[in-house]
Amino acid sequence: MNARTQAWLWIGQRASAAVLALCVVVHLCTIIYAVRGGLTGAEILSRTRGNFGWLGFYTVFVLAVAVHAPIGLRAILTEWFAWRSPARDWALLAFAIGLAFMGLRAVFAVFT
Amino acid sequence: MSPLRVRIWRGAETGNFSEYEVPREESQTVLDVVTYVQRKLDPSLAYRFACRVGMCGSCAMTVNGVSRWTCRTHVAKVADDNKLEIGPLHNLPVIRDLVTDMREFFNKWAKAKGQFTGSRTRHEEFERVAPESAERQQVDAGIECIGCGVCYSSCDVVSWNPEYLGPAALNRAWTLEQDVRDAAKGERLRAVAGDAGCHSCHTHMSCTERCPKQISPTAGIAGLKRAVLKAALKGEL
Repeated sequence: MNARTQAWLWIGQRASAAVLALCVVVHLCTIIYAVRGGLTGAEILSRTRGNFGWLGFYTVFVLAVAVHAPIGLRAILTEWFAWRSPARDWALLAFAIGLAFMGLRAVFAVFT
Repeated sequence: MSPLRVRIWRGAETGNFSEYEVPREESQTVLDVVTYVQRKLDPSLAYRFACRVGMCGSCAMTVNGVSRWTCRTHVAKVADDNKLEIGPLHNLPVIRDLVTDMREFFNKWAKAKGQFTGSRTRHEEFERVAPESAERQQVDAGIECIGCGVCYSSCDVVSWNPEYLGPAALNRAWTLEQDVRDAAKGERLRAVAGDAGCHSCHTHMSCTERCPKQISPTAGIAGLKRAVLKAALKGEL
């Protein structure tokens, strides 16, 4: 991987962190609002089913996580476990796709 | 004043600390202590020094675990209960006793394109750089590096990632990026971007805390990250 791509990974991680900061605040506020008077699956689904606003919000949230987490993990694998071979990046790409797949699956599950 | 109990590293990568007793003096520096040991107690002790006044950058060692320039470190400031433990710098191969192999440290300056690249010939006018310009002030903040290796020895990222160029080389690259006369800025940004360069810095700031010249390589590295970001967004990286 060349230095240009590595620089773009750094930019991607910082940009996704900015998105995540906003998403986490909205998510926490929603939790605090939602648990008033108890929390039930039916209550959550009544809010999310068919709601394109929440679908869009959590899709962005999941994609930001799928970008952010593998890049951070890449630094940990490099510095703490000295894993520097190209296999590391392929493994992390698979991890990113896995995160995005599982996250989006959950988002669509509460939408439909 | 009671004598100092001094433990000094003897050997190379493997070795052990030997203990010496050194008379305590007024205004005594750690380099004075090492020199006393070599001249009076054990002439086989290897160490480096040259100027003795904080200019040459050759006498850096670890003192009680912390990297310092020894010629301007007073014993009174660092002795712990009249005890000193003196070793070679971290993150560099040890040749013998307190002498490290600095080749990799300086090779990384070259890898970071740490040499000035001019664009004018001797037949042209001198380029004028206004002392109060923002770029010149940035250069002033980082230009006094003496290449002692204290920042490199103190950097966690260097110990985790041997490819990392390190604070001194990146600080040098930053001062050249801010030099309005320099003609190799794009090439240098490519050299300092990525895993081996500025993007690996964790901003622990050990280099800034320990630099004996009060330079902040951390600020220079942050400047390089901004410069790389701008270049990447413009498609110039």
